Amino acid sequence: MIVGERKPLEEIKAMVESYKRLLILGCGTCVSVCMAGGEKEVEVLASQLRMLHEKEEKKQEIEEATIQRQCDREYIEPCLEKIHKADAVLSMACGVGVQFVAEVAGENAIVLPALNTEFYGANLGAGIWAERCAGCGRCILHLTGGICPVARCAKRLFNGPCGGSQRGTCEVNPETDCAWQLIYDRLKARGQLEVLEEIIPAKSWKPSLSGGPRKVVREDLLL
Amino acid sequence: MKSGSNLEKILGKGEFAVTGELGPPKGNAAEVIKKKAEHLRGKVDAVNVTDNQTSIVRMSSIATSAILIQMGLEPVMQMVTRDRNRIAIQSDIFGATALGIKNMLCLSGDHQNFGNQKDAANVFDIDSIQLIQCVKTMRDEGTLLGGEEKVEGEIKLFIGAAANPFADPFEFRVVRLAKKARAGVDFIQTQCIYDMDRFKEWMRMVRDRGLHEKVHILAGVTPLKSGGMARYMAKNVAGIIIPDAIIERMVKAKEPAQEGIKICVEQIHQLREIEGVHGIHLMAIEWEEKVREIAEGAGLLPRPKV
Repeated sequence: MIVGERKPLEEIKAMVESYKRLLILGCGTCVSVCMAGGEKEVEVLASQLRMLHEKEEKKQEIEEATIQRQCDREYIEPCLEKIHKADAVLSMACGVGVQFVAEVAGENAIVLPALNTEFYGANLGAGIWAERCAGCGRCILHLTGGICPVARCAKRLFNGPCGGSQRGTCEVNPETDCAWQLIYDRLKARGQLEVLEEIIPAKSWKPSLSGGPRKVVREDLLL
Repeated sequence: MKSGSNLEKILGKGEFAVTGELGPPKGNAAEVIKKKAEHLRGKVDAVNVTDNQTSIVRMSSIATSAILIQMGLEPVMQMVTRDRNRIAIQSDIFGATALGIKNMLCLSGDHQNFGNQKDAANVFDIDSIQLIQCVKTMRDEGTLLGGEEKVEGEIKLFIGAAANPFADPFEFRVVRLAKKARAGVDFIQTQCIYDMDRFKEWMRMVRDRGLHEKVHILAGVTPLKSGGMARYMAKNVAGIIIPDAIIERMVKAKEPAQEGIKICVEQIHQLREIEGVHGIHLMAIEWEEKVREIAEGAGLLPRPKV
């Protein structure tokens, strides 16, 4: 899932305080699952802002709504009336949702980000999410024991751990596992260490963000 | 001859090589380089010039290396992939070789989190092994990385890389060296050695694979200045192991600096005895004035003229 984290209240407050009518718009998919921008978080943020306004004797009309996916036109369109009625929309989706709601709603719609979009990750346990994929456009997981050095090595190394890997942890942050130690351990357990003897040549970053914004077009699905 | 460098000639003749290290100033104070370099003149066969080590911004390794050449010293230009993509790397190699640089050490580089520009984006377009492949391609094929594009002129470089027998996973360290050898490295300088048993074990694995006959291995040493330094390095520098016995010697010593030099000299004598060690990489960090004493004590002077 795409993992996001809500921005601090002070930052959000400064972003929205000039608007009279605010719509806080949640997203029911990734950010809902990672408990950053779903229906419940919309409710919490709305009441925090209302309490702040009460304390500071400010007036702002706050409307709340959550749609299934802010990255999908079919869910945004039924919500357009609410969006257009507001002076600004505070989107609690990832950066994709923030942009796509504005794209669908038209250029007059002001859509603001309530979250920092962090990464593509997995839920490791209650309250912990960790990065697993960098969306680099050319997957090499079959060469690295199913553990990604692009997303999980601070230097994005392709040919084994750097000299700072010690006792299984990364020198950049001792709380982070060394991705290459994990790769080594897994391949060893599988009896596939010979995979690591091969040099992985320089990667093409063209399919990643370095090639500009990416687009997938599926001819078989075009109408 | 791949590069015609002094270091290549020394190693080629089977002489026991000595390289030193010089950290460029945190500014454009060229006189600092000259002062440090004078301590190294005649004591080492070539001088490594670090490339923004620990991600602290310093004068570029290319410019510093060029100053050494003007002074008549031979540099080993270090280059990290942290700050340059393959366009900048190859462009800098053109420039460096045009300035007379003949040795180059290929590194990935310390992460920017250790330095004074922590908010910087890192590049890591390629890693150190891919950098070796890149330099070798430019030198031996006369083309750019992955390309047909011909290089104008000739790139003559003696290609080096690092190895750290003290990092983990230990059994993989020799595999990583084998990959560097296959990528085309000519010489290796190791992380500083204090744990002699572990280094000997690594060298045994190196010999088992016959790698000591494919690449020249220069064993890294750094003299300790004080008990505090020994403790700090053992605890805080990832990839360095200092056995308790050495820390204890340093802590108990009446004159710790002299003890550090004594330990270093002893280590060099031990390292010389190990089959497959072709030289010493003496990293007297901010202590260049002691290089003469160490080299003399270890019987490494005078340096051979080749």
